[in-house]
Amino acid sequence: MNPVSKRRREFLGTAATIAGAMIAPGVFLYDYAHGKAPGEAASGKVRWGMLIDTTKCASGCRDCVDACNQENGLPGTTRPTDSQWIRKVDLKDLKTGKAISAPVMCQHCADPPCVDVCPTGASFKRADGIVLVDRHTCIGCRYCMMACPYKARSFVHEPTTGQKPDVPRGKGCVESCTLCVHKVDRGGTPSCVEACAAAGHHAIVFGDLNDPQSEISKRVRAVATTQLRADLRTDNGVRYQGI
Amino acid sequence: MATPAISPASARRVFWALAAAGGAVLAVALGAAHYMEQHGHIVTGMNNQVVWGLPHVFAIFLIVAASGALNVASVGSVFGESGYKPFSPLSVLLTVALLAGGLLVLVLDLGRPERLLVAATHYNFRSIFAWNMILYNGLFVICALYLWSLLERRLGKFAKPVGLAAFAWRIILTTGTGSIFGFLVARQAYASGVIAPLFIALSLAWGLAVFHLAQSGLAQLAGEAMSEELQGRVRRLLGIFVVAALYFVAVHHMTNLYWAKQTAFEHFILVTGAPYPVLFWIGYVGLGSVVPLALLFHPRLAGPRSTALASGLVSLGAFALLYVFIIGGQAFPLEIFPGYEVASSFSDGKVDAYAPSLPEFLLGIGGLAASFLIALVGVHALPILPLEAFARPAAAPAK
Repeated sequence: MNPVSKRRREFLGTAATIAGAMIAPGVFLYDYAHGKAPGEAASGKVRWGMLIDTTKCASGCRDCVDACNQENGLPGTTRPTDSQWIRKVDLKDLKTGKAISAPVMCQHCADPPCVDVCPTGASFKRADGIVLVDRHTCIGCRYCMMACPYKARSFVHEPTTGQKPDVPRGKGCVESCTLCVHKVDRGGTPSCVEACAAAGHHAIVFGDLNDPQSEISKRVRAVATTQLRADLRTDNGVRYQGI
Repeated sequence: MATPAISPASARRVFWALAAAGGAVLAVALGAAHYMEQHGHIVTGMNNQVVWGLPHVFAIFLIVAASGALNVASVGSVFGESGYKPFSPLSVLLTVALLAGGLLVLVLDLGRPERLLVAATHYNFRSIFAWNMILYNGLFVICALYLWSLLERRLGKFAKPVGLAAFAWRIILTTGTGSIFGFLVARQAYASGVIAPLFIALSLAWGLAVFHLAQSGLAQLAGEAMSEELQGRVRRLLGIFVVAALYFVAVHHMTNLYWAKQTAFEHFILVTGAPYPVLFWIGYVGLGSVVPLALLFHPRLAGPRSTALASGLVSLGAFALLYVFIIGGQAFPLEIFPGYEVASSFSDGKVDAYAPSLPEFLLGIGGLAASFLIALVGVHALPILPLEAFARPAAAPAK
């Protein structure tokens, strides 16, 4: 073979390999994370959810709570008037004495009572199952807080400081866990999930409950999980294992 | 024509003195609302567990009583009891005044009261709150037409159909007010269909009590009171309404006691959860119901003063009951994990200690002052007072 053509072939082969190696992760990541283009509407084909494995959730660990406060610009103080989008709940089975620790946040119900009762429609559910509050139409009546079976919502009792650009907050409005929608829409995962994984607990799995191939769907199929206050049939997007 | 108790000049002075007093209280209340708006609800006793506080107690009292204040007009126009007809305008005026006062408190207690326009332009028709906004505004319109038809002789023929519409509307409205709580599936204290009829029964009693207080207060200025026969009928009616309300309250609690999952809450609200059991048994049942019933029905006690005292006690009992119902109902922890002992940084598993602050109390009082002022100005500006009626026998046809 002509040495020039051999070199050319080798060069092309190497270049293709390098190019492939550089592009592939991006293609793979995009496919994996379902990131949304800016302005693209939330898809009803997706149902975002979380599975919380209480057997892996360490009592006393607050990494998910701290990460949420950090990500969403919450002060992190715990007076009765302070916002807590996610809280650690310590449970003791009254019959057996079994102790459980678990985070509780907005359960992102399929039939959210907060959305039903909101007079102005400020509480709403996106097509992909994320329940949010529109800060522009919330009049601060707190009826959603009366209606929420999980006490997942907080009322902003005083002027806010240290707001994050992605997470608008305001005195006199009601707020709650957004499932870190600003990250999810860019293909990311909620901060509590990341923090739990970073601490090595991996107690929270986030993903698309409608995708049979997602980790969360596989887990929900394989193990017994519960929805809080299942008697109300609000069909929560957050499920618990070990309660 | 009865001789007024005081001369017209004195009456004018009394009017201005009362208007000044009411205006001063309202001004202080508006100042308190402004303070709350500036600082946020941090200056109230409310928190993320007890989200509706003392202002809601005042607001719900006024709104429920507003519906009931229409009783006398309804009896006159809808049920054709002509003896009551001279008092119909006062009855309708009080409905407007009480409703306006209640809504004022409700709006000023919002986290974003300046967004009232948003509430008026964005409706979620799955929300009973949104329906109530339409019902409240509708009652204002119907009452305005009703009052017009009662005061303008040429429109007198419309008084009956408009009165009928007002009667139907107020029943639906109070069903809506009760359903604000009745539809709350998550909470042990509420989530019951019986709350709507309970609220209607309460409205009948509270509204008539407030009407009686206003009417007898005005009689002090205007001269003689209602005829004795009419007084007797109002007295018996008030007694029946108090019993009806007590009945529905009992049914509500007994239903809860029957359900195993609600017994802990009932134990809290009726026995252990201070201050609620005291307010319930002594405030509402004792002073707000049993004592008024004795005053109204005991042959030795019955009389104009007793009826006025009973009306006052029924109104105070209303506040006790609403405090227990609204605040006690929220103070008890939500049961998210049945069968578990729960603890967290967010009041899970813990009874919340709510202590109302001065600004929210003043805002609530401001609602009463606003109602008082509207009624006062209405009585002053419109021919509301049935001066002729005071001297007439009850059976005389209305003019």
